[in-house]
Amino acid sequence: MKKVEIITRTFKLDDIKAALSEIGIKGMTVSEVKGFGRQGGHKEVYRGAEYQVDFVVKVKIEVVVEDSRVADVVAAATKAARTGQVGDGKIFVIPVEEVVRIRTGETGDAAV
Amino acid sequence: MNAADTAFVLICSALVMFMTPGLALFYGGMVRSKNVLATIMQSFILLGLVSVLWAVAGYTLAFGKDIGGVIGGLDFLFLNGVGLDATGGPVENIPHMAFMIFQCMFAVITPALISGAFAERMRFGGFLLFSALWILLVYAPMAHWVWGKGWMAEMGALDFAGGAVVHMSSAAAALAATVVLGKRKGYGSQAFMPHNLPMTVLGAGILWFGWFGFNAGSALAADGFAVNAFVTTHMAAAAGALGWILMERLHSGKATTLGAASGAVAGLVAITPAAGFVTVMPAILIGLGGGVFCFLGVILKSKLGYDDSLDVIGVHGVGGTWGAIATGLFASINKATGLFYGNPSQLWIQLASVAATWAFCFTASLILFKLVDATVGLRASAEEEDRGMDLSQHNETGYQA
Repeated sequence: MKKVEIITRTFKLDDIKAALSEIGIKGMTVSEVKGFGRQGGHKEVYRGAEYQVDFVVKVKIEVVVEDSRVADVVAAATKAARTGQVGDGKIFVIPVEEVVRIRTGETGDAAV
Repeated sequence: MNAADTAFVLICSALVMFMTPGLALFYGGMVRSKNVLATIMQSFILLGLVSVLWAVAGYTLAFGKDIGGVIGGLDFLFLNGVGLDATGGPVENIPHMAFMIFQCMFAVITPALISGAFAERMRFGGFLLFSALWILLVYAPMAHWVWGKGWMAEMGALDFAGGAVVHMSSAAAALAATVVLGKRKGYGSQAFMPHNLPMTVLGAGILWFGWFGFNAGSALAADGFAVNAFVTTHMAAAAGALGWILMERLHSGKATTLGAASGAVAGLVAITPAAGFVTVMPAILIGLGGGVFCFLGVILKSKLGYDDSLDVIGVHGVGGTWGAIATGLFASINKATGLFYGNPSQLWIQLASVAATWAFCFTASLILFKLVDATVGLRASAEEEDRGMDLSQHNETGYQA
């Protein structure tokens, strides 16, 4: 099992969700995160005073899938999230030791 | 006595009362989220503290029988002799009690204006003690000088609804606060960004609405001068908003919502001393000037490096001073004549009243801040400031995670 962690532009969330649903992904965890990469921050101005805001708001989508589906998920998410501009974000694939479905106690691939 | 005038003044009193919670939201949105309640409290609780003080002693110090042009006597201590007819009041057409409660609402909002200068770092106890002393020893004399037949009124200074009494006085106290309290921790190195501008814009809207009571009500009658003050007030606020966003466009490229709200308030401040003495076209110029000059005043703050958290000096000091001078230039109705209508001496009187107001209010406020600092303490500790004033002063938070 692998966790696919997609960090990208907030307004792409709906597109990614639709793309993953289309290939049969039935669940995900979404959070609002802040950070910076090559895109850097932006400038905000209040009553003439300029502030550099270093941390840009992004969305983080986490999906856990069987090893065989990782390539499909990454491909679908990449296609849905890409704008071609700096700031599209990154996808991380992380090994998952164990999964437990709390309701039934099932483990492993059956619980994903 | 006149029933229509009485009804009008009572409604205006309620409008002015509503400005204080409006100011609480205006200021509350501009601070960081950890200080939102403490900032709101520094306005809201003055509805409690100042109202009671006003009834007990503030009103008589401001409007009791004149003693040497400087202070009112104790004739109306505990509101003795403030009755339901006009006896002892300043005008014949409304009950003395109606005049008292209208003035009470002005007394409430004025120290609340100061709180913008020391927001995010003032201890609650020190704030309460300072506000109480300030109402009795600074605000009451100022109100007496200008509206209670004191020396500024005798000199012929024009202040229709409180350019000196409310705005310059609170700004001078704000300046004293920045001197005594110093900067917020991290000022200049960290970003101090407003946490909820929609709240600030709502507050500005409530202030604009309440200001009709403040300025039109200062006619103390439902007459043509009240109508004039109502219209000049509205037009000045409108022009102030435009003036400020124009300056923003030129200075930093984009107009902002905070700028529009600040500009409207700046226009309202500027028209306050003039509302009943000028006609509508000069009012538009006064409001526009308010927006432009107050924006420049706020910009100047970052250059001078003092920490007036929410720009009390930039908005109320600059706007109030400009309004008082503009009254000396543009006055043309209600038995007042300014420089542009052939009476240059009015401008000199206005300048003298501006200088005296700043000098007295700054000095007296500085002494009071030092006094409170030396006794109960003014400044929150560095750790309290880090945790936020909501938790450290009030054991509560504005927002749950």
